[in-house]
Amino acid sequence: MSLAKAEVRRLFKRRVTRIFLAITLIGLAIFPVAFVFNSKPSTPEVRAAAEAEATRNFDQSVVQFQAMVAECEAAKARGETGLDDRYGPNCGADFGPQREWYTAEQFMPYEFNFRDEFPPSLAVLAAILAMVAFVIGASFVGAEWNSGGMMNLLLWRPRRIPVLLTKLGVLIGAMFGLTVVVGALWTAAFWAIGRYDGNLGKLTAGVWQSFALSGARGAALVLLAATLGFCLASIGRHTAMALGVGIGAIVISEIGLRILFELVRVQFGDRWILSTYLVAWFDKSLKITNWRACELATGPCTPPEYIVTWQQSSVLLGAALVLAVFGAVWSIRRRDVI
Amino acid sequence: MPAVLEISGLEKTYRSRRRGARKALDGFDMVVESGEVHGFLGPNGSGKTTTLRTLLGLITPNGGTMTLLGQRVPAALPHVARRVGAIVESPQFFPNFSARDTLSLLADAGGVNKQRVTEVLEQVGLRDRAKERVGTYSLGMKQRLAVASALLKQPDLLILDEPANGLDPGGIREMRTLMRGLAASGMTVVLSSHILGEVQLICDSVTIISRGRRVAYGPVADVLAQHAGAGVTVKLESADDLSAAAEVLIAAGARVTPEADRLVVSNVEKPAWVTRTLAEKGYFVSELAPVKVDLESVFLELTQTAPVAGQARQVDDSAVAAPAQGGWGV
Ligand SMILES: Nc1ncnc2c1ncn2[C@@H]1O[C@H](COP(=O)(O)OP(=O)(O)OP(=O)(O)O)[C@@H](O)[C@H]1O
Ligand SMILES: [Mg+2]
Repeated sequence: MSLAKAEVRRLFKRRVTRIFLAITLIGLAIFPVAFVFNSKPSTPEVRAAAEAEATRNFDQSVVQFQAMVAECEAAKARGETGLDDRYGPNCGADFGPQREWYTAEQFMPYEFNFRDEFPPSLAVLAAILAMVAFVIGASFVGAEWNSGGMMNLLLWRPRRIPVLLTKLGVLIGAMFGLTVVVGALWTAAFWAIGRYDGNLGKLTAGVWQSFALSGARGAALVLLAATLGFCLASIGRHTAMALGVGIGAIVISEIGLRILFELVRVQFGDRWILSTYLVAWFDKSLKITNWRACELATGPCTPPEYIVTWQQSSVLLGAALVLAVFGAVWSIRRRDVI
Repeated sequence: MPAVLEISGLEKTYRSRRRGARKALDGFDMVVESGEVHGFLGPNGSGKTTTLRTLLGLITPNGGTMTLLGQRVPAALPHVARRVGAIVESPQFFPNFSARDTLSLLADAGGVNKQRVTEVLEQVGLRDRAKERVGTYSLGMKQRLAVASALLKQPDLLILDEPANGLDPGGIREMRTLMRGLAASGMTVVLSSHILGEVQLICDSVTIISRGRRVAYGPVADVLAQHAGAGVTVKLESADDLSAAAEVLIAAGARVTPEADRLVVSNVEKPAWVTRTLAEKGYFVSELAPVKVDLESVFLELTQTAPVAGQARQVDDSAVAAPAQGGWGV
C-alpha cells in the first residue's frame, strides 16, 4: 500500500506527466470553444432571417429568369434561329424557379446537434487521451529504468513483479481517473453547447446508453494504450523503446503497408492495417469495400465487402495486451538489473 | 560473533549475445562479522560491484550460497531488505526530482517515517540544498545523497560501494567519522573502496578479491602481519650497483622491485640471506630494513597489480588465487 502511495506521488510529481496533462487539457478545451464559436441555435429569429434570405434569393432568381426569357423573346422577334438549343423550347419559360427549391434550411447557420455529433467527438477524445496515456505510461517506467531509480527502488522492495505491477496499477488507475474526469467535462461541455448554443436532438435513455458504451470503449482504448506504453518501455528499459515501437508501428502499418498494398494490389488490404481494428473497436464494426473488384467501364457493379467486427478487434488488442504484460513481467523477473 | 553476511562459492557469468560470456565471480567467499567495518577491496573489474549486486538481488548468480543477517538470500531478501541499506556503484537518481522528494518517495515506498528524511539530509550535509534538482548536483553531492538514501532505513547492515567516490577531503573525513560512529552504534558496515589509506584507518577487517576469487581476508592487522617481514629494503654502498645486485638476487630466487635508491626484496626467508648472497658477489649492503607494510603495498602484492615501469597493466592482469577450500572454483 505504501508503495502504491509513493508511486501515485511519483507519477504526478513527474514533469512529463504534468506538462502532458496541461497540454492535453488546453488542447481538448479548444474543441468545445471552437463549437461555441461556430454553432448558432435555430431560434425563431434565426429561422425568420433564413426564411427571409430564402425568399430574397428566390426573388432574385425570378428576376434573372424573367430577364433571360425576355432576352430570348427579343431575339426571337429579331428572327434569330437556334434559340431552342440555347434556351429550350418556348424560351425556357416553362422551367422557371420554384419557391420550394429555396428552403430556409439552406440559409440556416451551422447548428451543433448533440445527439448526432457527440459520438464522433468521443472518438477524437479517446484517440487524444490514448496517445497521451501511451507517452505518460512509457515515460513513467522508462525514465525510472533509465535513471537508475528502478534499481534504487528494488533495493527497498526486492519483489520485482509486485513492484512492476503496482506501478502499472497506479498508472492504470490514474489514467482511468483522468479519462473519467475529462470524459465527464467533455460530455458536460458538449451537452451545454447543444443545450444553449445548438440543438440537443432527441435524447432518449437508449441514446445515453449508447454514449456510455462508446465512452467505455474509448476508456478501454486509453487504458490499453497506457499499458502498452508502460510495458514496452519496461521491456526496453527506456522510454524511447516504447516511443520507437509506437511510431514504428504507425509508420509501418499506416503508411508502409498501405503503399505496399497499393503497389501489389492486395484485395481488402485494410484488413491488415492497425487503425482498421481501432476504428472497428470503437464503431462496433467497420465495412471495407473492395472497389478494385469493379470494372467501372462495364457498368454498375456492387463491390464485395468485408466486415471487421469489434470482436475481431478485441481479440487482436487483447493479444497485444497479454503479450506486452507478459513480456514486461518476464523481463523484469529474468533479467539482471544493472 | 555471528556472521552478518556470508557468501560461499559465489559464481556469476555475464552473458551477452554479442560478446559471449564473462566470468566475473569464480567461487568467491566472504564473511562479515556483526558490528565491524569491513573493507571490500580489489582491482578494477575484479567483481566487487558484481558481488554486492548479487547480494542485493539485482542480479542472479550462477552458483553459490549467500546469507544476509542469518537468512538465505535471495529467497529471504524481502524480509531482510528493510534492514539492509545499500548503495551500488555511484547510484543514479531521477534527475528532475529534488533530493528531498527522492528520499521521501523512498521513505514512502519502504514505510519509513518521514522524519528520517530531514535527519539524513542533515547528516550528509545536504540540508540547505535539499530542495534543488538532483540533476544539478555535483558528483560528491550525488554521492552524499546516495549515502543518505542508504541510511534512511536505519539499517543493521550498511553496504556501500565506493562511497568516497567524488567526495572532497573534508567529505572523506566526515565519512570516516560517520562510519566509525555507525559501527560504534552497532551497525555493520561493508565498504568497497580503492582508497586504501582510508580503509586502513576505518576498517576492522578486509576481504581482498582478484579475478572473482578471494585472495586474502581477515582483520586488517592480521592481513598486514601475514605480509610484514615478507620483504626488506636494501641499500648498497654504491647506488650504481643496484641493478647488478638485483640480478644477483633474482637469480638466487628472490623477488625484487627496484626503486630509485634501493631494492625492495621479497620472497626471502631471512634478511641475513640477502646480505650473504650479495657479499658473495662483492656487493656490500649499507642498510637493510624490513619493509614497513601498509595495506596498499599488501594489496598490490596480493593482487599483483603493482605498476611495472614501461608496462601498461591491463585491467584483468591480476592475481588468480587457487580456489578456496570447499569452494566451487575449478
Ligand atoms: N553488465 C555486465 N555485462 C558484462 N560484463 C560485466 C557486466 N558488469 C560487469 N561485468 C564484468 O564483470 C567483471 C567485474 O565487474 P565489477 O563491476 O564487479 O568490478 P568491480 O570490482 O566493481 O570494479 P571497479 O573497481 O572498477 O568498480 C568485469 O570484468 C566487468 O567487465
Ligand atoms: Mg565497482
